[in-house]
Amino acid sequence: MNWSDSFLAILKDNDVRLISYVPDNVLTPLLKGVTADNYFLPVGATREDEAIGTLSGAYMAGLRGAAMMQTSGFALVGNTLASLVVPYQIPAIMVISERGTMGEFNIGQSLVARTMRPTLDALGIAHHTLTDTATMPFIVDSSIKQAFATQAPVAFILSPLLTGGNPAAHAKLKV
Amino acid sequence: MSSKRPLTKTMSRTALTRTLVQKLKRDEAVIGGIGNTNFDLFAAGHRPQNFYMLGSMGLACPIALGVALAQPDRGVIALEGDGSILMGLGCLATIANLKPRNLTIIIWDNALYQITGKQPTATSAATDIVAVARGVGIATSEWVRDEAHFEKLIDRRFDEGGPALLAVKIDDAPGQGQTPRDPALIRNRFMKGLGAARAGALDA
Repeated sequence: MNWSDSFLAILKDNDVRLISYVPDNVLTPLLKGVTADNYFLPVGATREDEAIGTLSGAYMAGLRGAAMMQTSGFALVGNTLASLVVPYQIPAIMVISERGTMGEFNIGQSLVARTMRPTLDALGIAHHTLTDTATMPFIVDSSIKQAFATQAPVAFILSPLLTGGNPAAHAKLKV
Repeated sequence: MSSKRPLTKTMSRTALTRTLVQKLKRDEAVIGGIGNTNFDLFAAGHRPQNFYMLGSMGLACPIALGVALAQPDRGVIALEGDGSILMGLGCLATIANLKPRNLTIIIWDNALYQITGKQPTATSAATDIVAVARGVGIATSEWVRDEAHFEKLIDRRFDEGGPALLAVKIDDAPGQGQTPRDPALIRNRFMKGLGAARAGALDA
């Protein structure tokens, strides 16, 4: 099973149905899988803070969700995490495709990427960088269960080592 | 710049929030945006289906959308100020496309960032929230003319007929209550109010 099918299967196993997202190249196989499967309830949001707000409302009404975004989108959600997710104890599952490293061509992406882990650490949010299909299932499954058991958010960072990175980037790197 | 303020009556958020809460008969969920919006919601009388935001300005509608999608048979109402909705107008487009029939948005528009010192918002001049909502695809969007019109518009089932947006021109009086600042407790009570909380020995 490829990484994206495996990831979606774990979401299903944990009753995570609502998927709010702002699209990204690397997320494409996940989002295709979500929209092709009636189990999932996709919510195409216009901004990442909106996606997390919708996930939070759904959780409080009994529907588990995950928010998918890229690195630069995560940089928009600091206030939402600090004033909604963390203090209200919302087990938000965040899935972040990692840009800005291992072959980035866009200087803005490479700079904003440096704010991601420090932001998560500053707020005390657990995060795991997923690098391979062998260890991914255990990390994701156990961490989702922990998030709901402890009323705490968790972020999964999809490394280029797992996903192959942005497929459009390789040609643009030649200087 | 010419003003595009509607010719509707300027009303009281405190009074209309009370009217709304008194009319709710089916355990509708109400999401109160930050500041005066949720101060007046709390002042109208706490109910288990109320959610009070203490931050995350601009997210009342996205949170309400999540509740509406999770519980499609429950009416859900988002209360939001003009400054707050202006912070994230994109959520209106998201709602227009998902078409939750059980979601109603009420915008309290005094054309001010009232709580930060009454600085003018964009609705004080060129921007009309109802035109914005219609433009992104929420067809059932209208300005409330006066108190009687407000009562007529909310005298309905909230679990159908949406998505709808009502915009109300309000004065600059401050909110009347003070929401308790305990987010975890607010979340837990709201989840109980929606029947979504984990039951446990402490509930006895």
